[in-house]
Amino acid sequence: MLRLSADVRRQMVEHCLAGLPEEACGLLGGTAEPADATVLYPTRNVAASARLYTVDPLQHLRADRDAEQRGLELIGVFHSHTHTEAYPSPTDVAQAPDPGWHYVLVSLMHADPVVRSFRIVDGTIEEEAVEVS
Amino acid sequence: MPVEVRLPTVLRHHAGGQASVRANGETLSDVFDDLVRQFPGLAHQVVTDDGALHKFVNVYRNDDDVRYLDKLETKVSDGDVISILPAVAGG
Repeated sequence: MLRLSADVRRQMVEHCLAGLPEEACGLLGGTAEPADATVLYPTRNVAASARLYTVDPLQHLRADRDAEQRGLELIGVFHSHTHTEAYPSPTDVAQAPDPGWHYVLVSLMHADPVVRSFRIVDGTIEEEAVEVS
Repeated sequence: MPVEVRLPTVLRHHAGGQASVRANGETLSDVFDDLVRQFPGLAHQVVTDDGALHKFVNVYRNDDDVRYLDKLETKVSDGDVISILPAVAGG
């Protein structure tokens, strides 16, 4: 299960909507056990694409340092799917960088954005509950 | 030159769980060679068999992406912080 504060969820969805028509992305900071995302790091999608995303590496570095300074760590990544379901694509699975991370998808294909979270380990996708506090 | 090397979570188990380790060298290539000497499990994780940086790894010397410096021939100085981060991408 991944916990998100209402504020983090709101900021994440806003960032994804603001990124249209391209995919938007960012990183989640918090605690790994229990999995609690308390800080959102919206980042630039340097792929600048409606089908692909790449987190700006320098923003990743800064997010990593900021999380550490707060006594937290980066626990996952979020990105939007502009016209498809909030489910990891084959590209998402192939490029998942860390089996310990949470992979949050935000689908913008319907009027109400859908937020779902997954673990991706050795190519296997497992959905997890998202608890918004 | 002794430098600090910060490891991403996904590689830390190769270094006994450490998030940060020390390594020596004049260039990044030397530093990574020293890192692998200390922690053989890190072999092939950052540098390919062809001697290049892995496509899905980003390496910073302090705030500078080494791809825009001299890549693995980037010189390092005493006290530099080398950060290794996985590329985060998908679709």
